[in-house]
Amino acid sequence: MSTLETAARPEYLCRIAIDPLSRVEGHGKVTLLVDRDHHIRQARLHIVEFRGFEKFIQGRPYWEVPVLVQRLCGICPVSHHLAAAKAVDQLVGAREIPPTAEKMRRLMHYGQTLQSHAVHFFHLASPDFLFDFDHEAAYRNIGGVMADYPDVARQGVLLRKYGQEVIRVTAGKRIHGSGTVPGGVNKALTLQERNYLLADLDLMIQWGRNILKLMKAAYAANPGYFTYFATIRSNYLSLIRADGALDLYHGGLRAKNDKGEILFDHLDYRRYAQVLREQVKPWSYMKFPFINSLGPERGWYRVGPLARIDNCDFIATPLAEEERREFMALGGGEPIHVTLAYHWARMIELLHVTEAIKELLLDPDLFGDELAARGEMAREGIGVIEAPRGTLFHHYRINEDGLIEKANLIVSTTNNNQAMNESIRQVAERYLDGKELTEPLLNQIEVAVRAYDPCLSCATHALGRMPLYVELVSEDSGSVVDCLVRDADGTVRNSV
Amino acid sequence: MSEQPSFTLDGRRIPFRDGQTVMAAALAAGVYIPHLCFNPEFAPHGSCRVCLVKVNGRVQAACTTPAAAGQLVQSEIEELREIRRGILQMLFVEGNHVCPACEKSGACQLQAVAYYVGMLAPHYTHFYPRRSVDASHPEAVIDFNRCILCELCVRASREVDGKNIFAVRGRGINARLVVNTPSGKLGATDFSVGDKAAQVCPTGAILLKHHGYEIPIGQRLYDRKPINVVGDVAQLSESRGGRRHD
Repeated sequence: MSTLETAARPEYLCRIAIDPLSRVEGHGKVTLLVDRDHHIRQARLHIVEFRGFEKFIQGRPYWEVPVLVQRLCGICPVSHHLAAAKAVDQLVGAREIPPTAEKMRRLMHYGQTLQSHAVHFFHLASPDFLFDFDHEAAYRNIGGVMADYPDVARQGVLLRKYGQEVIRVTAGKRIHGSGTVPGGVNKALTLQERNYLLADLDLMIQWGRNILKLMKAAYAANPGYFTYFATIRSNYLSLIRADGALDLYHGGLRAKNDKGEILFDHLDYRRYAQVLREQVKPWSYMKFPFINSLGPERGWYRVGPLARIDNCDFIATPLAEEERREFMALGGGEPIHVTLAYHWARMIELLHVTEAIKELLLDPDLFGDELAARGEMAREGIGVIEAPRGTLFHHYRINEDGLIEKANLIVSTTNNNQAMNESIRQVAERYLDGKELTEPLLNQIEVAVRAYDPCLSCATHALGRMPLYVELVSEDSGSVVDCLVRDADGTVRNSV
Repeated sequence: MSEQPSFTLDGRRIPFRDGQTVMAAALAAGVYIPHLCFNPEFAPHGSCRVCLVKVNGRVQAACTTPAAAGQLVQSEIEELREIRRGILQMLFVEGNHVCPACEKSGACQLQAVAYYVGMLAPHYTHFYPRRSVDASHPEAVIDFNRCILCELCVRASREVDGKNIFAVRGRGINARLVVNTPSGKLGATDFSVGDKAAQVCPTGAILLKHHGYEIPIGQRLYDRKPINVVGDVAQLSESRGGRRHD
């Protein structure tokens, strides 16, 4: 872990804030503490939003939760909808849901992944590749991309639109629909809907391939920068299909260390609490998860497209598998640790989901009439899914009346918390240290955060457990006269 | 043979029978006057005030005003639409009506009437009252957050089901729906989802347990057509939120 998390003498340092972080979902900021010689002494990613979902869904009926919690996010609500639905399946005792239901959910999820990856790459991140760091800030956005690269922008907009249409057909609305019910879904696909979605699909697959060409060209143009910028060695966590294939909807948990050695594999995700823990730090609303056996110092990990491509043995669709092989060859047998390669991995997934949507649309199971299953009620349900931004955990416990008693959500971006902080510290040390900070230099910090595609609005919800420091500082000497601390467990103590 | 007596509603002649109210005669003639606490199966209540009309220039509740020959009734005028919007806006902030997550959304009479009168935002400051969810009954759940005190369940339980399970307690701003048992829990009553009281709620306050969102968006009661065309929740088979009793 970097030593830049906490400066020893913050009172003598100059504070520079990148607030708000631009072109990410949600609201966050980065603070840098810099000494008079422009050396960076502290770098932190802060999440400034507060949500509280885990708290206010307490007391609500369990069957309402998939529709309620998806309001966590407007970019990937389907991920929350489906993770909660998978947990609710366990609550109603649906050990297996009918094939029609599972495939409709998968279709919804692939549409979600397609639109989310497209919005991140084209609308938010593409200016990082298409323009220089010192390009005029007001031009580094989708508007600038539209002006200079109209074909790229158009493909991005239409890829997103296609993904949104898949969601609309399966969930009723493009954003915040209601496709799932306990143990299944509320509709099958109609032939008309299938034909509508098939009409443009080959073009989407072709565009998915085109983006990868663009991505590889960007890498080839500046391999040194690409390879080292914000790059950190880390562990990786993702779901994995039983045969080792990439699976975004369901599977067991696989974790690898930085050398690619398996830490645990095909672990039933209902046992996640045995292998993962969350650390709370006084300066952040977002928790810091880590692999329990390695501890918080060495156990932090990365999730999301890079982790999934690093972790899987293969991809079950041919074009994406070809791309995966080419991508993994760069690592020489080790996982790819390149932070900017998140974008590349994300586009491999985008190609994969377009192929997977085609396979699904040709599957007659989508037209079945058995939509839901039920069994014996249970009091606890855990749903895990690979959301666009990474592994997403929804854990609910209900009382005897069926009302939510306890909820724990470990959101994809939360999993990447330590990694994002490590990456910005790497950038701060390598590219900013000793220089007078200018907007283009600070933009590099944002580029590092943006690679992870964080969803900051989803990631903060630790109501009632926020640690707080209140310091009383002498006006004359600047020394701390008194300090009141509220710990993560809620206890309040005086630390002076 | 004498001609059936009639009154005029927004320029249209509405015939009526002796004893009919303005509301009953208008609905029988196929003319919609927005309402929430009115249900033709029960004695008029006149409490929600959404059906206010101008009768010979005077504002009155259409559901309790007896029809009379030659009355000049106005309903679809901006002055009344403003009053109705205000009433709906107050109802929405007085309880906790979270349409985005409510299972009844799209098949909710309160929501549909709000759209009909042109209410698109709450306008007033939310009260955010602390209200509970009673899920003690094995088949039904009552979400008191969504109750608008129309008393339809009270009347249905008393007059049709003969069970007298519900009542309204307190006055004014402190009025609230209660369950007539020492524990106040629905699970302690002989309430059944087949009861009339289970089918008349114009909001999502009384719902079937373990079920939700079973009608896809686009196929729900008011997804395609407004309430003045579709009719009330309670009058239609989809009145149970379109859900199956299984």
